[in-house]
Amino acid sequence: MHTILAKTQLSPNVTRLEVAAPRIAQIRQPGQFVIVHRCAGAERIPLTVADADPAAGSITLVIQAVGKSTRDLVAMEPGEAIQDVAGPLGRPTELITSGHALCVGGGVGTAVVHPIAQGLHRNGARVTSIIGGRSKEWVIFENELRRFGEVVVCTDDGSYGRRGFVTDAAREALAAGGIDVVYAVGPVPMMRAVAELTRPLHVHTIVSLNPVMVDGTGMCGGCRVEVGGETRFACVDGPEFDGHQVDFALLADRLSAYRDFEQKANACAEETCRIGRH
Amino acid sequence: MSAPISVKQRLQISRQAMPEQAADERNHNFGEVNLGFTEQLALLEADRCLRCRDPRCINGCPVAVNIPRFIDLLSAGDVAGAAHSLLGDNTLPAVTGRVCPQETQCEAECVRGAKGLPVAIGYLERFVADWARQHADQLPVAKPAPTGKKVAIVGSGPAGLTAAGDLARLGHDVTVFEALHKPGGVLLYGIPEFRLPKQIVDQEVERLKQAGVKIECNVIVGRTYTLPELRAQFDAVFIANGAGLPVFMNVPGENLKGVYSANEYLTRVNLMAAYEFPKADTPVLVGRRVAVVGGGNVAMDSVRTAKRMGAERAFIVYRRGKEELPARLEEVHHAESEGVEFELLTAPVEVLGNAQKWVTGLRCVRMALGEPDASGRRRPVPVAGSEFVIECDQVIVAIGTRANPLLTATCPDLKLNRHGNIEVDERGMTSVPGVFAGGDIVRGAATVILAMGDGKRAAQTIHEYLMPAMTKPVNGEGAAASLCAAVAGDRVHSL
Ligand SMILES: Cc1cc2nc3c(=O)[nH]c(=O)nc-3n(C[C@H](O)[C@H](O)[C@H](O)COP(=O)(O)OP(=O)(O)OC[C@H]3O[C@@H](n4cnc5c(N)ncnc54)[C@H](O)[C@@H]3O)c2cc1C
Ligand code: SF4
Ligand code: FES
Repeated sequence: MHTILAKTQLSPNVTRLEVAAPRIAQIRQPGQFVIVHRCAGAERIPLTVADADPAAGSITLVIQAVGKSTRDLVAMEPGEAIQDVAGPLGRPTELITSGHALCVGGGVGTAVVHPIAQGLHRNGARVTSIIGGRSKEWVIFENELRRFGEVVVCTDDGSYGRRGFVTDAAREALAAGGIDVVYAVGPVPMMRAVAELTRPLHVHTIVSLNPVMVDGTGMCGGCRVEVGGETRFACVDGPEFDGHQVDFALLADRLSAYRDFEQKANACAEETCRIGRH
Repeated sequence: MSAPISVKQRLQISRQAMPEQAADERNHNFGEVNLGFTEQLALLEADRCLRCRDPRCINGCPVAVNIPRFIDLLSAGDVAGAAHSLLGDNTLPAVTGRVCPQETQCEAECVRGAKGLPVAIGYLERFVADWARQHADQLPVAKPAPTGKKVAIVGSGPAGLTAAGDLARLGHDVTVFEALHKPGGVLLYGIPEFRLPKQIVDQEVERLKQAGVKIECNVIVGRTYTLPELRAQFDAVFIANGAGLPVFMNVPGENLKGVYSANEYLTRVNLMAAYEFPKADTPVLVGRRVAVVGGGNVAMDSVRTAKRMGAERAFIVYRRGKEELPARLEEVHHAESEGVEFELLTAPVEVLGNAQKWVTGLRCVRMALGEPDASGRRRPVPVAGSEFVIECDQVIVAIGTRANPLLTATCPDLKLNRHGNIEVDERGMTSVPGVFAGGDIVRGAATVILAMGDGKRAAQTIHEYLMPAMTKPVNGEGAAASLCAAVAGDRVHSL
């Protein structure tokens, strides 16, 4: 059992949980994730380890409540426990040890960028982060990222930082030159747009993919993605890949496979709420 | 119990049929298909056994269950004795009685099969094992003296569970590490409820826990701990992590929505209970017309599951002929009677999809059997110009699994063969001293009973390795034999 030690609301639909997982806290590396299974009957869902405190034996999970499973998770309160947390899974991020890295985070992807920036900073690389959200209240992890270098905040409505998309800021940063590698994590269209910006410039670009997963150990193949024309299992071969090689259209498409089910689950959960059984 | 009966009388009894759920009913539910012998049927069938002086059936069993002995005890009305005898030979008889390919093992050797039908050994095994599950209180748990030695087992499938049980019985401190959130391996996530109720797996695991086995779930060896880390903390390690990596067909369209590996499809339905969605949170796509590629047990389980999930039509697409289907005979019969359609001598060449990238069909080619290949089976070759399309909205790929490199990659010292399977010597030991391996990770996808046989042997050789003074190995063979005797002696003692 993995007790929830603390809970913070980061944005209207993003919640941060500190969860007891001593072994994972000790050994997790940037880019790795865990599979969380709240209780019997729940889904197994992959979540990036956004941070860890080995001394306290806890890991940080940042969850965007989109479907029933994530909403059930963020409804948990400190003191309650998650039944299963398995990991750390996935390959650690390829981190540069010198030079200048540009980290681009969109929405909840900013939480995935955090451990990468942390690792780069620890390695002695220079880090510039570009993060964004719809408006001020949707911007997360700004202060945490400032510890590792310069942070540019973008909001769609200009209510905070500069107005526009993270891709606009990234274009400018790339135009200024001197960027050795780009790490981009966020919604599929954002990652694709960043990869298209860097392709003509030949700047190595690493993206973190979030396909549907079940086991997270290479056993089911549900997480398959195409990279460089080859099928790869994101949970064991990734989740990070060369953004210039990824078939983003396929990823977006496969992510939509269970849309009808999500609606059904949501409708059913609301029904239960209204009846007041929950 | 009854008056002795003559061989002639025994020969006159015909093989008793397994009571089962009606085909047109069961293909809509997940309840077990085979209902099990009644006591009366079991006793009648037991009387068919001729009590051969040189019982050949035992040679057919990979773990050498003393078949006539348990059948004889059953006939004598001593079901408890039969259960003791059986459980001493076979850690998971309620499982093997349901999933062993008896027709190629014990029952293939049975002399009664020469003229007529063999004794229904599997059904009798199941009957006795089910009695034992229901009367666990009548079966004493042996409390061996602790040896102080710690053994780690990687994987909780049949190989791992068998080794765990045997090692605990020998007094070792055993911890099983399992990657998933529940123990059982393929027995849990692969083989469906209608063939092997999950309650049975849970009960067997519970029995092992009571015997002192510790089980730690959510530990992925290779990620949570590396193999060298485990080796440093334990006196010996047994790797039984199965052959979990699904193989795909490598044809165009394989990543369309609606294409599943059998592992994913069965895991969603079995382990995650997707058939109860939305009561369970995990969904599974429901096909109206489902094509399952492959001809083994995994394919039969997938296609029969698809029927139960509501498929109007479900097809087996297999590149060889009916004779070559590697599945258990009973599964093929059950699939046929449940309305599964067989496209034999047929191989897929492309998965077809629509603009929204959903599966719409499977383009196939007919095959003819050519020259025998390395496995001795005739190699299927495509028939020119025979392409056709099976219209379907779901494709399940059940053409095999390979070794998962997750664990082996963290221990370069571990010698692998060219398929990525772990190499072991005749004792089941790997190239790393004190690290043993067995089951599908060594053999490639095989069977439950072969995995259990490996677990049983590994437990014996690990015991010899840990307690050289006690087991005094003279040479490999003799040591194992003397140890078998010791284990058997132990058992008799504990009864
Ligand atoms: C659908 C299906 C139907 C089958 N039907 C039959 C049948 O009717 N009869 C028959 O005899 N055989 C059947 N088989 C084959 C049989 O199930 C296998 O041969 C057998 O289960 C192999 O046992 P095992 O212990 O080697 O591995 P598994 O049962 O595969 O167990 C391995 C376990 O190790 C865990 N694991 C994997 N990697 C790690 C890691 N790195 N760290 C920790 N844990 C790990 C896995 O999660 C799993 O629980 C079937 C297989 C399938 C898939
Ligand atoms: S374990 Fe399998 S092969 Fe052995 S007796 Fe039982 S059913 Fe037959
Ligand atoms: S999640 Fe199952 S193989 Fe990746």
